[in-house]
Amino acid sequence: MSLNSSTLLAAESVTLSYDQTIIAKDLSVQIPEGKFSVIVGPNGCGKSTLLRAMSRLLVPESGKVLLNGRNIHEQTTKDVAKQLGLLPQSAIAPDGIKVMDLVSRGRFPHQKWFQPWREEDQNAVDAAMAATHITDFAQHHVDQLSGGQRQRVWVAMALAQQTPVLLLDEPTTYLDIAHQMELLDLFQDLNQKNGHTMVAVLHDLNHACRYADNLIAMKDGHIVATGKPNEIVTEDLIESVFGLPCLIIEDPISGTPLVIPKSRQC
Amino acid sequence: MMPRQYKPSLVPVAFILTLVVLVATLFTGQQVAQGMTGIWQLLTGEASPYQSIVVWQWRASRALGALIIGAGLGVSGAVFQSLVRNPLGSPDITGFNVGAFTGVLLSIAWFGNVYWMSVLGAILGGLCAALLVYLFAYRDGHSGFRLIIVGIAISATLTAFNQWLSLSVSLETAMTAALWSAGSLNGMTWSRILPAAILLILLMCVALAMNSRMKLLEMGDDTAAALGVSVNKSRLALMFVGVSLTAVATAITGPIAFISLAAPQIARRLENNASISLTASALVGAMLLLAADFLAQHAWQGITLPVGLVTISLGGLYLVYLIVREGRL
Repeated sequence: MSLNSSTLLAAESVTLSYDQTIIAKDLSVQIPEGKFSVIVGPNGCGKSTLLRAMSRLLVPESGKVLLNGRNIHEQTTKDVAKQLGLLPQSAIAPDGIKVMDLVSRGRFPHQKWFQPWREEDQNAVDAAMAATHITDFAQHHVDQLSGGQRQRVWVAMALAQQTPVLLLDEPTTYLDIAHQMELLDLFQDLNQKNGHTMVAVLHDLNHACRYADNLIAMKDGHIVATGKPNEIVTEDLIESVFGLPCLIIEDPISGTPLVIPKSRQC
Repeated sequence: MMPRQYKPSLVPVAFILTLVVLVATLFTGQQVAQGMTGIWQLLTGEASPYQSIVVWQWRASRALGALIIGAGLGVSGAVFQSLVRNPLGSPDITGFNVGAFTGVLLSIAWFGNVYWMSVLGAILGGLCAALLVYLFAYRDGHSGFRLIIVGIAISATLTAFNQWLSLSVSLETAMTAALWSAGSLNGMTWSRILPAAILLILLMCVALAMNSRMKLLEMGDDTAAALGVSVNKSRLALMFVGVSLTAVATAITGPIAFISLAAPQIARRLENNASISLTASALVGAMLLLAADFLAQHAWQGITLPVGLVTISLGGLYLVYLIVREGRL
C-alpha cells in the first residue's frame, strides 16, 4: 500500500457472517488517518457488513477490528462511541422531533448518569449544526425538512459526538444529484478542515473517484484494490468488480477517473 | 437532559387537575368534612376521631394507592410504547397484565389468599407472558407490530386459560379471584399499599434513569448502538422494569385496563412533545386512575364500582374517539 499515514481503524483478517452465511472471509483493511476513504462494490459484496464490523455493530467470527490499536470488542459501546461516529442507513427520526433535539442526542456518549446538560454539550451541538448549515432550522420539526436537509441533521448528530472517525453507510442514497453533491462537499470540508477520518460507502463510482483520497473496491467479500482513485481505477478493475464494460476518461473538472459505462447498443 | 423546548406545555394544568381530584376524593362524601371549616378541621387535626379515620386512614391511603398505581401503569405503558415504537404496544394490549392475573390465580389456587405470594405470582406471570410474546414474535429480530399481534393472541389465550382456571378451582378461590379480577382499589389500607408503593416508586426511578437510553433506542438499534447504548442489555432492562410495573400494579388491584394505553399518548399531546415522556406519562396515569376511582365511588349513589370497570369504559370511549379522529383524516 502506498499510504504511509498511521491507522486509527483497521480490520485484521476478519471473517464476517449473518445467520451462518459467511459474507467475508479473512478480510483485512486499514483506514488511513485523516483521509476520506470510500468503499465501492456491487450490491451484496459486503461493504455495509464491513462498515458494521468496523463500528462494533457486528461481531466478527474470527479476526479483530482495531480502533486506536485496541480490539474494538474489548472496548465498551460508550468508549467506542467517543472515538467513532456512525451514520447508519436505518436511522429513524422519532415523530415530530425537532432538529436541535435530534442533534443533541449525539452527546449521549459524553454524558454520565444524571449529569445535567453542560455548556460544552451545547457548544458541540451548536458547532455541529453550524458545520452542516442547519442552524437556521434548529427549532423546525425533522419531518418537515427535505431529504437533503434531513440527512444533514443526521450528519450533525454524528458530528456532535465529536469523534475523530466518522463512518457513513450510503449517505447519499435517495437524494437528488444536487443534494448528493452538497452532502459530499460537506464531507470533504469536514475531512479537510476539521481533520475527520471519513469512511463512506457510496454507490456512484464517479462520486467515489472524485471525493476519495483512498478508494476501497470490494467484490464477494474480498478487497480487490485499495489506493488513490487515479492509481487503481482502470477499465479492467471496473469490469472485474462490477462485470461492467466501460470506458475511463479524465474528469475534466477534477482530473480524477470518470467511468463511462458501455451499454449493449453502443 | 435534552434542551427544553419553548412551546407551552399543558402538564402544569394536568398537575392542578390532579390536585383538584385529590381534594375531591378526600373530602367528598356524606357526614364528613362539611364545608370549608370541616376541611380545615381535618387538616389541622381538630376533627373528630371518626372523621379523621375516614379521611386519613381510609380515603388517603386509597387515593395514594390510585396515584402511585396510576403513575406506575402510565410509566409501564410509556416504556413499552417506546420500545415497540407503536402507541398500541402497551402492556394491557399485549397481555402482560393478563399474564400477571394468571400468576395471581395460580398463587391463590396453590397458596391461598396470601398477599405477598400474589404479588410474586403476578410478577412471575407477567414476566412469563412477556417471555412468551418475545419468543413467539422472534423472527430475525423483532418488529414492533409482530410483538403487538402476538401479544394480543397470547392475551386471548391466557384469558381463556384464566377462565378455565377459575372454573376448575374451589368456589371460595374462584370468588376471591372473581372479586380481584374486576380491578378495584377497595380495601387499600396503608399497610397494604405502602410496600407495593415503595416497590413501584423504585421501579419508576429505574425507568427514569434509563430514559435517555430509551429515547435513543427509538431511533433504531444501529443508531442507538452507534451512540454508545448497549442495545440488548438496555432493552432487556427496560422490558423487565415495564413488566414489573404492570405486574406489581396488577397484583394489588387486579387488572386495570386503558391507563397504560392512554396515559403516554395523552401526555404526549399535553406536552406538545415528540417523544413519550416518562414523567408526564406518570402524572397523567396518576390523574386518570384517581379520577376513574372518584367516578367509581361517586358516580352511582350508594354503589361503589370496581375502578377497572370505569377505566375499561373510558378506554372504550377513548378508542371510539381515536377511530373517529382517524376516520376524519
